[in-house]
Amino acid sequence: MSNIHLHYDVSGEDFTRAGEASGSVKKRLKALGYNTDAIRRVAIAMYEAEINMVIHAEGGFVDVDIFPDHVDVLLSDHGPGIPDVEKAMQEGFSTAPDNVRNLGFGAGMGLPNIKKYTDDMRIETEIGKGTDLYLTVRVKE
Amino acid sequence: MVVKDIIDILEGEVICEGDLDTEIKTACGSDMMSDVLAFVKDQSVLLTGLVNPQVVRTAEMMDMACIVFVRGKMPDQGIIDLAESRDITLIKTRFRMFTACGKLYANGLSGGTAV
Repeated sequence: MSNIHLHYDVSGEDFTRAGEASGSVKKRLKALGYNTDAIRRVAIAMYEAEINMVIHAEGGFVDVDIFPDHVDVLLSDHGPGIPDVEKAMQEGFSTAPDNVRNLGFGAGMGLPNIKKYTDDMRIETEIGKGTDLYLTVRVKE
Repeated sequence: MVVKDIIDILEGEVICEGDLDTEIKTACGSDMMSDVLAFVKDQSVLLTGLVNPQVVRTAEMMDMACIVFVRGKMPDQGIIDLAESRDITLIKTRFRMFTACGKLYANGLSGGTAV
């Protein structure tokens, strides 16, 4: 099976639509017959990252490559960048504004959750330029 | 316990009907969706006081079959439509979060973890 490539643009303007790309990938993986655990891990990690993109970076794009034994996801934005990645990785650390907390996010669990559910996670970030987040989830039978 | 039992126990009103015979094994009560996303458990129900579309999306990513809105909160049509397309049951209960969780716990539902 050759890999399947999916591309999504994530709007930074509409918080209510955040998660549409993740939901769509989840549906696709389900149709392809991937196991529930792998699908859920991809969906949750991608969803948290999508939310981050909308909260912090005014949107961006997502590229998904589906292989038989793993799924690669790249989330790319032109947001403000992450000044201190180590700090951002700490559970509970958040720079999200109050209005985002009122929506149920911004508890400082986004990046820690993403790390928890993926097998590989890499952040390339530059202040004022944006952030590329590379995720890999392996499919374990 | 199945979704139907949760409706009975919480004297709930069904706002969006999915499969009411789906078995529910664990429960999670929170208004912070990231906290919900941190604790994956199979076949869970989500109890929340938060009313926005991200509650449904969170449940979708977690494969949750049912969401209970506590304190009589009513989701808007956009939220209901989203849940319907995802086959997720939405229930409204007049009980507060603590009481709603307590009632389900007393009827044998657990958080699914030791802590």
